[in-house]
Amino acid sequence: MSGPNTDYDPVEVTPLKADEVEAARDAALAAIESAGTLEELKRVRTEHAGDRSALALANREIGALPPQARKEAGQRVGQARGAVSKALAARQAVLEAEHEERILVEEAVDVTLPWDRYPAGARHPLTTLSERIGDVFVAMGWEIAEGPVVEAEWLNFDALNLGADHPARTMQDTFWMEPPENAIVLRTHTSPVQARTLLTRKPPVYVVCPGRVFRTDEYDATHSPVFHQVEGLVVDEGITMAHLKGSLDHFASSMFGEGITTRFRPSYFPFTEPSAEVDLVCFVCRGTGLDPAVGTSVGASGSTAAEPTSSAHGSCRTCKGEGWIEWGGCGVVNPRVLVACGVDPERYTGFAFGMGIDRTLMFRHGVEDLRDLFEGDVRFVGAFGTEI
Amino acid sequence: MRAPVSWIRELVELPADVTTEKLTDRLTMLGLKLEAVERAGGDIQGPLVLGRVLSLAEEPQKNGKIIRWCQVDVGDANGTGEPQGIVCGAHNFAEGDLVVVVLPGGVLPGGFAISARKTYGHVSAGMICSARELGIGDDHDGIMVLPADAGQPGDDAFGYLGLDEEVIDLEINPDRAYALSLRGIAREAALGFGVPFQDPALRATPEPNGTGYPVVVDAPDGCPVFVTRTVTGFDPSAPTPRWMAQRLQQAGMRPISLAVDVTNYVMLELGQPIHGYDGDRLSGPIRVRRAVEGERLTTLDGVERTLSAEDLLITDDSGPIGLAGVMGGETTELSATTSHVVIEAAHFDPVSIFRTQRRHKLPSEASKRFERGVDPLLPEAAADRVAELLVAHGGGTVTDGVTKVGAAPEPRSITIPTGLPARVTGMEIPAHTAVANLESVGCGVTVDGGSLTAVVPSWRPDLNDPFDLVEEVARIVGYDKVPSVLPAAPAGRGLTPAQSLRRRVGRALAGAGFVEVVSFPFTGPAALDALGLDEDDERRNTMRIANALSNEQPYMTTTLLPGLLETAARNAGRGQPDVALFETATVTLPRGTVAAPILPVDRRPTPGEWDDLQKALPDQPLHLAVVLTGERERTGWWGPGRAATWSDAIQAVRDVAQVLGVEVEVRSASVAPWHPGRCAELLVGDVSLGHAGELHPKVCTAFGLPARAAAAEIDLDLLLERAAPPSGPVVSSFPVAKEDVALVVDAALPAGELAATLREGAGELLESVRLFDLYTGAQVGGGKKSLAFALRFRAPDRTLNDEEITAAREGAVALAAERHGAVLRG
Repeated sequence: MSGPNTDYDPVEVTPLKADEVEAARDAALAAIESAGTLEELKRVRTEHAGDRSALALANREIGALPPQARKEAGQRVGQARGAVSKALAARQAVLEAEHEERILVEEAVDVTLPWDRYPAGARHPLTTLSERIGDVFVAMGWEIAEGPVVEAEWLNFDALNLGADHPARTMQDTFWMEPPENAIVLRTHTSPVQARTLLTRKPPVYVVCPGRVFRTDEYDATHSPVFHQVEGLVVDEGITMAHLKGSLDHFASSMFGEGITTRFRPSYFPFTEPSAEVDLVCFVCRGTGLDPAVGTSVGASGSTAAEPTSSAHGSCRTCKGEGWIEWGGCGVVNPRVLVACGVDPERYTGFAFGMGIDRTLMFRHGVEDLRDLFEGDVRFVGAFGTEI
Repeated sequence: MRAPVSWIRELVELPADVTTEKLTDRLTMLGLKLEAVERAGGDIQGPLVLGRVLSLAEEPQKNGKIIRWCQVDVGDANGTGEPQGIVCGAHNFAEGDLVVVVLPGGVLPGGFAISARKTYGHVSAGMICSARELGIGDDHDGIMVLPADAGQPGDDAFGYLGLDEEVIDLEINPDRAYALSLRGIAREAALGFGVPFQDPALRATPEPNGTGYPVVVDAPDGCPVFVTRTVTGFDPSAPTPRWMAQRLQQAGMRPISLAVDVTNYVMLELGQPIHGYDGDRLSGPIRVRRAVEGERLTTLDGVERTLSAEDLLITDDSGPIGLAGVMGGETTELSATTSHVVIEAAHFDPVSIFRTQRRHKLPSEASKRFERGVDPLLPEAAADRVAELLVAHGGGTVTDGVTKVGAAPEPRSITIPTGLPARVTGMEIPAHTAVANLESVGCGVTVDGGSLTAVVPSWRPDLNDPFDLVEEVARIVGYDKVPSVLPAAPAGRGLTPAQSLRRRVGRALAGAGFVEVVSFPFTGPAALDALGLDEDDERRNTMRIANALSNEQPYMTTTLLPGLLETAARNAGRGQPDVALFETATVTLPRGTVAAPILPVDRRPTPGEWDDLQKALPDQPLHLAVVLTGERERTGWWGPGRAATWSDAIQAVRDVAQVLGVEVEVRSASVAPWHPGRCAELLVGDVSLGHAGELHPKVCTAFGLPARAAAAEIDLDLLLERAAPPSGPVVSSFPVAKEDVALVVDAALPAGELAATLREGAGELLESVRLFDLYTGAQVGGGKKSLAFALRFRAPDRTLNDEEITAAREGAVALAAERHGAVLRG
């Protein structure tokens, strides 16, 4: 850059004239305002704020002015450049925002497109229901016991007070392994796990045992040669039927909702005495026997001629209008079972119960055909997801 | 047990407000569970009335039939009081007879609706009914002609015919054999409503003497009591009274003849099975003995049976004449000409009857009662009751002779602390309630200080132990009174490691897109053949079920694959060819054919006995199997899908192993049912878990699976045992050095082997090695392939320098070159 020119007359320096500076500024501001895209603004920036722009040239001339004139010219040019720079930044921000918004609009997709590229897996409801049942009891401090399905006759029957000539023990019900005299069966209930537990643990015993059991039933919508039970067993000092009732009431409300309890009816099992059948308050109609879905709207459809169907009568379909659902069997552990397992019946008492898991699944989830559980149709299992 | 309500009410006077519903509710809560209440004429709808035939005109028809055009007085039942014109085809009635008429609007069994219709030239306004049409008998002899005193024309016929009778069907548990009789049910009803009970079996009977039909009991252990009575001059043509036939039918038995019906009636009434003999066809004394092995007897059902030495027989001089307590024989059965009836009322050992019944698959009404336990004091009363009814309805004479061999055992008594029922049930049961309840079931009770002694009534063979008395007391107090108290369990340890790991496996597979299925654990030779197993394959060593439901599936399965493959095929058949399924279940692997001991039950097994029992059982390891068919990833708008391959099956096992923290090694193998070139053995160390890969094409065909289905099966227990939580993983924050190497090797070299070599050769600076490309083709030449690996190096404590990185990489490559002839690809 050249040195100061002290002889220079500012009036003579055209770019520094006030009207020239003003015009350059106004032209710049107008151009900025009319810039419609970031590219246009870039060009405007070069033209009006670049090194070769009028204001830049004017700025450069300031040094050539005599010192007394510099201040005024400098202020004038500086203000003009400041205004342009500010306008550029503002416009830049506006255009950038518009640009970003436009890109987002252009990038819009059809979010209703499916993404079923990786088919979902599922766990079998018998598994997840068994786990859920187990969790209810584990939460109370109980443990989960297990035993084999191919079982010794002695454990499946004799140890449970079901001697060889007991009428409750017939050839028709039990699968026997060849040769039958080897006394090995497919367990007909989860109850042998009671005996196994008492033979391998010391009281106090608080266990549940979900598992697979076998009977020689023909296979149809409500019967299967293979099904599932959950067994509960408690042996401790001072255990009574009241503890059995309390445990089952808790089980019922945990599985079916607050207020759902059980009732006992006298029954018979060789391994418990006293024995009871357990009924569950119907969790759908809550014991009323009436179909809650029909309720007061019976006849609202306007049908007059047809005979009322059973559901139009308002009978609960889950409990068939009974208000109760048969759930399983239970009782006080027969002291003979304790003796066979080496537990002192004078010191300990216990209770046991058993429920069908398949049946529970069926009424809890409205499954109509038992065979659906064993046919492995992915539509059926898939409907249950991974928890139940 | 089906019981007509009127019969119960005849035996016990129930309070007036006890409806059938109240009765059945109470019986259910006492342990006799209601199955159903039926009305005897349940499917008949009225109007069904009595009618008197005023006139009848016989009119021959062109078809040769002669019909009767009748005018029948039905009183006001038809609304007019005029006679009803009815056409009838039967001829067994006369003018003036009282008959049963169903009027238009009525419905007979089978939904047969009656209307006035034109037939044989008349409008027939109703129908004159036969017993058969009303569903109350098999009488083929035409319509029912009622006795003159049956009622007036127009009277409702339901009541007279017993069609309005309510019959309750009760489920009787095996311990309550006494309730297989009206006597027992009435007793329960009486105690349920606190009313007195007059036992119908308490009747004066003549003393036994030496003049009855002679009986010798050679097997008193099987037959403790045997009573006979004799009726002579009985009229075999006498009909069974209507009320008796109705009750038998309502109880589910078929009326046959008066003599037979009476024996059945008394069995229902008192619970004592009775057998009647035609006295004229008996020769010599009745002898009760065990059969000779191989002896033969033709039972009443016409079947010739070969007997066992354990069977208890009734014989006479002609040989066997009955299978004691189970079924009589043909030669001496009551017939249409029997006028000399010898009545047998005996008590048999329940075990003997149970075994015989089971051996000959011959459950009968008699055996059902004997095997559960019949009142041993009943025979005399029951025989006397039979004699009474025979003579009352069939005439003749009860002879003076009364034979009784043996005697009922002395009654047992059980002593319990009076507080035991309360202690066991958690209910408040004062001593006097316990005593009263035991007395109401028939016990004689004495109290001595803090204990009570109950003498067990003869009809309760099920009461043997202190807790049996507790149940009797408790059920009468009411199970609904049992309080609900949660027991306080000691602190538990939660799930066992194996239990929680199994859940983890299931979740991992479901997360990977597999759907869990549950199959039956049965299989058969056809399925094992379809898998292509060799003759000596260990999976053919199965346990056989002696009484399998299906001849095709007589084995306990040793592999989950047959069930799983069938399930996949079923899905394909239902339009779901793209599935990934898994199952976890135990399989049964025989260990020999040792018998499991039947141990004593009066003490704990010794450790040795327990050990023997365990050893007799087969191994039952938990297996995991998967099968994949069709697309693993779906075709969609994103592009083409990806077919499931052998690698998905292997990867499923790797996924499971990974969540268990176990490193699984994969080796190539060749095992059925897999494709011999696409089969992997999966190992942990030296232990083989199982196999995975693509199924053999023949297996896919045999099971009807889509082509190129893949499967895996492993012993999951082996994997679970090795599961380990991660131990102190060190995560270095120093920079990673990434080095890629592409190596050309023989095409046959497994990639896994080369990766292992690289890992070994690279040394401890190697963080990971991952195969990222596989190339075969002209650039590497025939019989060769190029495998490209990404190696990542990192040190825990410093940034690696170039020399270290180069040395590590070269170490890896050098070992690969040395061991496999690998050549670095330029």
